[in-house]
Amino acid sequence: MSILGRHKFFERNSIYMLIGIIVTVLIGGIVEIVPLFRMETVIEPVKGVRPYTPLELAGFNIYVREGCYNCHSQQIRPLRDEVARYGHYSLAAESMYDHPFQWGSKRTGPDLSRVGGKYSDAWHVAHMSDPRSVVPESIMPTYSFLNRQAADLRRIDKHLKALRLAGVPYSDEQIKEAYNDAVTQATDGADAAGLLARYGDKINVRNFDGNPKMVSEMDALIAYMQVLGTMVDFTSYDQTALPTKTAEAQP
Amino acid sequence: MTDSNRLPPEKDPITGVETTGHEWDGLKELNNPAPRWWVLVWLVTIVWSVGYWVVYPAWPTLSGHTEGKWGWTQYKELEASQADIKARQQAYLDRFEGASFEQIMQDPELYKFAVAGGNAAFKDNCATCHGTGAAGGLGYPNLNDDDWIWGGTLEEIYATLRYGIRSAHPQTRQSAMPAFGKDGVLTAEDVNAVTDYVLTLSGAAQKPSHEKGMTVYAENCAACHGEQGKGLREFGAPNLTDAIWLYGGERAQVYNTVFNAHAGMMPAWEGRLDPNTIRQLAVYVHALGGGEKSAPVEAPAP
Repeated sequence: MSILGRHKFFERNSIYMLIGIIVTVLIGGIVEIVPLFRMETVIEPVKGVRPYTPLELAGFNIYVREGCYNCHSQQIRPLRDEVARYGHYSLAAESMYDHPFQWGSKRTGPDLSRVGGKYSDAWHVAHMSDPRSVVPESIMPTYSFLNRQAADLRRIDKHLKALRLAGVPYSDEQIKEAYNDAVTQATDGADAAGLLARYGDKINVRNFDGNPKMVSEMDALIAYMQVLGTMVDFTSYDQTALPTKTAEAQP
Repeated sequence: MTDSNRLPPEKDPITGVETTGHEWDGLKELNNPAPRWWVLVWLVTIVWSVGYWVVYPAWPTLSGHTEGKWGWTQYKELEASQADIKARQQAYLDRFEGASFEQIMQDPELYKFAVAGGNAAFKDNCATCHGTGAAGGLGYPNLNDDDWIWGGTLEEIYATLRYGIRSAHPQTRQSAMPAFGKDGVLTAEDVNAVTDYVLTLSGAAQKPSHEKGMTVYAENCAACHGEQGKGLREFGAPNLTDAIWLYGGERAQVYNTVFNAHAGMMPAWEGRLDPNTIRQLAVYVHALGGGEKSAPVEAPAP
């Protein structure tokens, strides 16, 4: 009996066909899912990546809420033209604290993984308020309402707590001070010693949207934009030692 | 299905092949096997995939993944393609790297190389603010004209590109105009008078408050913008006597500038772009039309 003849057995007996399908899908599932239980083995051991500050996290939440990922990716692939345009290709470590990650799958607008520091805050405000005012050919929708809406920071500490459950190493102190840290980061000339002690010296502390009267959603979103892709210290990154057997990831 | 299983298979009288028992509007489907060549190709792909697993990274494991006999990674492939482009540019890069701006300007080939590279980098990095044609916009200087805020020689443009303006770089160009109205340095009346006076510098008609505006100007503005309003590049204080306005030349706009002040920020590109690209950009921006001659005493660029 040929191999095709044997297959007739499955075609004629639907219960065996069903069992066969389940077994096949299970194999595929196990191969794809089980290695993720040991995720740290695919995250490069680089220095610098830290959890988002509360204000950046509020911006991240706005980014997700507005569906920015539908048009903007955050994933520079290791291809020559992408590296030439956007900078160093993205590392898994750079999105290890993103829940959910914002890699995206489509670029109607440009990739944003290294947009941090590329434009001024004022540019971001102008661009979000009216994209055509700075990029005439842009088809991005207008997000001027972000200027007028206060960032929702009432439960930001709970966000940090929830992320800790997902594995983001927020400390008790960071959770306790979350609200104050968020306000401090968006205030010009604020005493940011505590914030910097908790999150590191490289935190951008300033009034991002130029409006001192409130911590707006624009403040939060720009704080998030300005940190994108700026965390990794690439002097600590060794491309040749990637990543398989150098399993101790995490900072 | 069950019914057709019970019936004896029906044979098509013309070809002698069994039918599947399915019928659509009188048309019956012959139960021919898949073509032999097709089945063979299918089997070959299965064998091929086994070979693929052996030579390429394929299966995830608990501590990473199988690496494959060839040790292929996309990072190595990237490196190879970057090395390839670098090799093709090497002849120029070798000369470009060691050359001073003066040498670049005198060597037509190097100059062309710099302008072409600068053009590409400009579109990716600078056009977002300065515009694709470098014509700028409100708050973003036009780079085509010869009105330079921080200087228009190659060295000065290079420094601006490298360190940025009011950027996070420690060597950034830095200055801050006071918000004369908002911070209460001047009364609204004074701001009005000085606004009208500043507009006369570029040819507007004098207002009755001219004398007062002149005094306010001399006391508050002249230190940076100069007695004559010609500006001072050390402080990035723009020339007020020409028709070029960074934040608009309408009266309301000038008033707003005096009242609230502006402090535009340009990012530092050192670290983000490689030094050669920044130098190419300097040459490109210089070549846009308004580039100034370097002072002969200036040391060659590093």
